[in-house]
Amino acid sequence: VKPGSVAVVGAAETTELGTIPDLSTIGLHADAALNAMADAGIDQGDIDGIATAGISPTELALYLGITPTYVDGTSVGGCSFMLHVRHAAAAINDGLCETVLITHGESGRSRVGAGGWSPNPSSLAGQFEVPFGPMGAPSLFTIPWLRYANAYGATIEQLANVSVVQREWAGLNPRAKFGDPLSIDDVLGAKMIASPFTKLMCCLVTDGGGALIVTSAERAGDFPTRPVFILGTGESVETPIISQMEDFTTSRAFRVSGAKAFAEAGISHDDVDHLMIYDAFAHLPIYGLEDLGFVGKGEAPDFIWERNTAIGGSLPMNTNGGGLSYMHSGMYGMYALQESVRQMRGTAAAQVEGAEISVSHGVGGMFGASGTVIFSNVVA
Amino acid sequence: MCSSRDVDVFTATGKATLYSYIINQRSTPGHEAPFSIAVVELEEGPRMMTNIVGCPQTEEALLLDMDLEVTYEQLSDTIALALFAPAEAS
Repeated sequence: VKPGSVAVVGAAETTELGTIPDLSTIGLHADAALNAMADAGIDQGDIDGIATAGISPTELALYLGITPTYVDGTSVGGCSFMLHVRHAAAAINDGLCETVLITHGESGRSRVGAGGWSPNPSSLAGQFEVPFGPMGAPSLFTIPWLRYANAYGATIEQLANVSVVQREWAGLNPRAKFGDPLSIDDVLGAKMIASPFTKLMCCLVTDGGGALIVTSAERAGDFPTRPVFILGTGESVETPIISQMEDFTTSRAFRVSGAKAFAEAGISHDDVDHLMIYDAFAHLPIYGLEDLGFVGKGEAPDFIWERNTAIGGSLPMNTNGGGLSYMHSGMYGMYALQESVRQMRGTAAAQVEGAEISVSHGVGGMFGASGTVIFSNVVA
Repeated sequence: MCSSRDVDVFTATGKATLYSYIINQRSTPGHEAPFSIAVVELEEGPRMMTNIVGCPQTEEALLLDMDLEVTYEQLSDTIALALFAPAEAS
């Protein structure tokens, strides 16, 4: 995709975030979609492409009354929306469609219309992981950390510090679920979930949704919003079961997706003003910073400790508070994208002054998949 | 070799080392907390998920790269789970 040839012209989250017991999963998709359409000043008749995960795109089309000529149901976990942006950009470039609506909605907390975590017994997870007693992400996604810590001498305080720094950002964001300051002792003293991970090193579980509207840069001027251009994108997958990850100290999917996005955008790491790294658990930003190439292997814990990603730092990261403090419905990637768009529009609660390039990096499954989108508010 | 039809089945030694783990603090069906959920590296190379048994479920007792040996938990007449325990010093 040619850098800057496609732009986000509509973006919104659900009106409420947190606990929304009166909206079902599809209702959250619709609420976000209607808000994004209002943002872009269009209605469902103007949309000819759809992409979603969690529900089927067919369900979305029926519910909103859309007749699409482009449909993307890529569902590889919480980063699916990064992949949707990438595919939509390619489709728009190729003339398959003009205006793509990407939606997410998830009743993570209230569980209205949501299923449980129960892998098919004949799946790889059902055969080779479930018999050993895990209960979803908290007891699986966390397993690689000790190997990483052992390899690089990272401390438990450095892991806890990720949650502390992100809570500082959340304190600037009125929509964040939790905004009160945290100390490292608070994080280490919280209820133990999967040693050494305490509850405050694990993401929230909340209700919400978000939607994006993407079109060609040529048409972006027809919309009332400040266009946010897509400079580069990447995607990859590695494994559906974490035990088969090649190396527990680094994510192959992260490295492949990140490198592709940076190459496509033709930018260097020094050009990046703002960064979102999907933080389902406190170790994710550490892996992301290293695997995207912002720092060397083993350097991210010190980099965060030295406050480079904190308020006033050289690389503001997870400025909405992240999945650890802002919100996490289950498939958080959409909220990382929303914060990148807000930063590029200049409308974020914790706005990074003068930011021109934002990187949004997502994970899917448990180090299973990855998607990266690089945004800019200036034409390439 | 990846993407090959030329694959073999062989009997592994049952020896492994501890690659990484967490200690789960919530009981799940068949598992009373605290219990380890671990990934071990077999002497032959492949890694697999398992539980480490036969020792305290603590970070002090569960050391990365420690030597382990397979032990089987018979769940039914036809299903046995491969678990691992610290290797006996020889």
